[in-house]
Amino acid sequence: MSAVIKTGGKGAGWLDDRLGNASFLRRQINKVFPDHWSFMLGEIALYSFIVILLTGVYLTLWFNPSMTEVVYDGSYAPLKGVKMSESFASALHISFDVRGGLLIRQIHHMAALFFVAAIALHLLRVFFTGAFRKPREMNWVIGVVLFLLAIAAGFSGYSLPDDLLSGTGLRITQGIIQASPVIGTWMSFLLFDGEFPGTAFLPRLYSVHILLVPGLILALVTAHLLMVWYQKHTQFPGPGRTNENVVGYPFMPIYIAKAGGFFFVVFGILVALSGLVQINPIWAYGPYMPDQVTAGSQPDWYVGFLDGALRLMPNWEFSFWGITLSINVIFPAMILAPVLLILLAVYPWLERLATRDNSEHHLLDRPRNAPVRTAIGAATVAFYIVLMIGGGNDILAYNFDLSINTMIRVLQVSLFVVPVIVFIVTKRIALSLQRRDRDLLLHGRETGRILRLPSGEFLEIHEPVDEETKAKILSKPEVAPLALPEATDEHGVANPQARAERLRAKWSGFFYKDDVPVPTAEELAEAQHHIEHELTDAVDAGSQAAAEISGQQPQ
Amino acid sequence: MSDITETGTTEPEADFSVAEIAHHPRRTDVDPRAAKRAERQVTTLFVAAALLAVLALVAYVVIPVDAGVNLPLAGPVGALNLALGLSFGLAILCVGLGAIHWARKLMPGTEVVAMRHEMRSSAEQRAEAVAAFERGLADSGFAQRPMIRRTLLGALVLVPLPLVIMLRDLYVAPEGAPSPVEQLSETIWGSGVRIVSDVAERPLRLGDIPVGGLVAAIPENLHEVEEEEGNLNARAKAAIILVRMAPSEIVSQQGEGWGVEGVLAFSKICTHVGCPIALYEQRTHHLLCPCHQSTFDLADSGNVVFGPAARRMPQLPITVDEEGFLVAASDFQEPVGPSFWERG
Repeated sequence: MSAVIKTGGKGAGWLDDRLGNASFLRRQINKVFPDHWSFMLGEIALYSFIVILLTGVYLTLWFNPSMTEVVYDGSYAPLKGVKMSESFASALHISFDVRGGLLIRQIHHMAALFFVAAIALHLLRVFFTGAFRKPREMNWVIGVVLFLLAIAAGFSGYSLPDDLLSGTGLRITQGIIQASPVIGTWMSFLLFDGEFPGTAFLPRLYSVHILLVPGLILALVTAHLLMVWYQKHTQFPGPGRTNENVVGYPFMPIYIAKAGGFFFVVFGILVALSGLVQINPIWAYGPYMPDQVTAGSQPDWYVGFLDGALRLMPNWEFSFWGITLSINVIFPAMILAPVLLILLAVYPWLERLATRDNSEHHLLDRPRNAPVRTAIGAATVAFYIVLMIGGGNDILAYNFDLSINTMIRVLQVSLFVVPVIVFIVTKRIALSLQRRDRDLLLHGRETGRILRLPSGEFLEIHEPVDEETKAKILSKPEVAPLALPEATDEHGVANPQARAERLRAKWSGFFYKDDVPVPTAEELAEAQHHIEHELTDAVDAGSQAAAEISGQQPQ
Repeated sequence: MSDITETGTTEPEADFSVAEIAHHPRRTDVDPRAAKRAERQVTTLFVAAALLAVLALVAYVVIPVDAGVNLPLAGPVGALNLALGLSFGLAILCVGLGAIHWARKLMPGTEVVAMRHEMRSSAEQRAEAVAAFERGLADSGFAQRPMIRRTLLGALVLVPLPLVIMLRDLYVAPEGAPSPVEQLSETIWGSGVRIVSDVAERPLRLGDIPVGGLVAAIPENLHEVEEEEGNLNARAKAAIILVRMAPSEIVSQQGEGWGVEGVLAFSKICTHVGCPIALYEQRTHHLLCPCHQSTFDLADSGNVVFGPAARRMPQLPITVDEEGFLVAASDFQEPVGPSFWERG
């Protein structure tokens, strides 16, 4: 062991002679990372991506993204002699003739599902805890772009094998491109080198899938991580945790072991799952034919919401002046998703409009302490889920014996109604939790032990909250809505900004007017006194429990 | 611990002496036997990882690629995939669990505190940066020499254009090919082209289509065209379905006499975004797209009765030739498949 350390030390010395990196290295070794389970979601995304890159390289060694027609002659008997593209044939070859090929293919696909899911959950975590606030807005935007790229990577990947399911997805995509205004026909002809399906598209999609998209993801992930590293990770409030410090474990050895170990855990679970569970059985779907389709065609989960939007959209299409404007396709497929993503990306600034807050935030919000943000997030998730249910409406209608027409009508209404209800309910729950926090501080925790005092009075013993809970509750930031502007200044001159400022004050009121304030120091002191007094009474009345809680002895 | 780095900036870092963070000692901190046990557990996990990796190697060599195994619940699965996935996956998992267990039980369990520094540079540093930038700007003469500035900007606008324009030949029209709009508006159907079933490719007679039935069909010359063109483009537009209903049930057709004795031919390609359609409810004559549930009433000119599709399903005029086989009377009279801008 000492020999290893000695050699390592020599190597480090050699490097420092040339790079002068000793002090840099020391700082990185001592870097402190806070701990919380929800911080692992982003890690899962990162590790899945690494697994995707590794397995993807394997797949490229055998996969042949060509749409040239061949007659299958591999070892999967049911498809022997069937005409198919080389792409599909090579995907079958990987699945049935390359030892471990099926495993690699399944890991690749499974990891892709994990990747997008982990990004989505990570994004929600960052949103609901307000981790996107200054100084991390740029990293939030990078994250939103990464989310989009992950979906693009997934979609371009599962479209490659040229099986019946993926081909159907491509046909829909092509239909959407073709229906685009003005340039649709030409866009489609350029991308497909003529009409659908042609023979050029898959090889083109292949370079997008293995070069362009992963290259962009890799670059942005690097920037994302560097920024997390440089700005230091946010932390949840707790005793000793302030906006000015970071409390946690040092990078070396704890985080190297934990994060490194977690990479192996994610990798291991993906591999074991791919051994146990079948995913995307392309051989069961068969090769793509433009005049064949299977009932119940479903995209991978992350495209489901877009498919749902296509299904729920009314059939509005207009023909005039010799042109056709397909709102029924353009709106759900090309406007809705970009608008949602842009709103997501600019959200930090939308919230900033309501606060004028210029300070740095390293302490995370508890979701209840930002009721309107939490409600907006929940409503957006509800909107997304309604769309996703729409994407699976045929499966649901079939399995639960529902009328598909009724279901679509109900979902169309739900798309507008459910998010509003979810918004209101979430906001109310958050405010109630704030009130509960306030009560907890002012009255202590109800122990459920009732005591009858000699005077005949009944008393429930309240236990003061522990330091950790207290610190958590007191971490709630003071917020007040921005004041309405003066219409005129003291000289009676009209304020030219009054209109804009009034809107801004309204926006701010929407966010912050219902806040439940945390107790002031005096209120707290009084409450503390009251709880102690009550406990003393209880101890005096001979309550063993009260004595344990307060550490007092009966007089 | 020194906070001063070589460059003179103060970089606050971990202070391992701060004790304000509550720490509850773990059993491994206070009980040497527990620590020893944890050490054994970690070692066991690492040994298991090594053994499982060897097992994966053995599985790779020993199990034939086409061997199957019957699992309870899951049914028949590939034996090699199962063995490799489990042994290799658990091997990797054990490495990870071992490392995490090691960190959680045996490495120091006390949290440490490091100070953050404000992201914003000091006013001085900012002023210095601005001054440096302004000096650079002034030295470049970017502001003072508008001619250089404007010509540079102009060049930068034009220089990338070749990169964009060179994408134009992503589509190279074959010699004599019609325009994209014409291509989208035509199929290989034409007067007298026989209708054949899509699997057996048998020419169809009226009697082959029972009342209430649906037959998927293609033009007789499709294979020739596919061989010649080397792609499936013709199929993506020419696929049709034949349905037969009692003539009294037909409410309307897209053209006078486009059907024969209750046999009607419609495009199989959805007018929404192009999925092939084959879900037919004979009682209502409704055709349902499996992709987005657009529903067309085939007894009523293929009009849309539900769903996101806006246009009716194009009908193919058909007739019977002298040998009694079903043939197309002409090509479709409107473009099939998804809409496009120039469609009108």
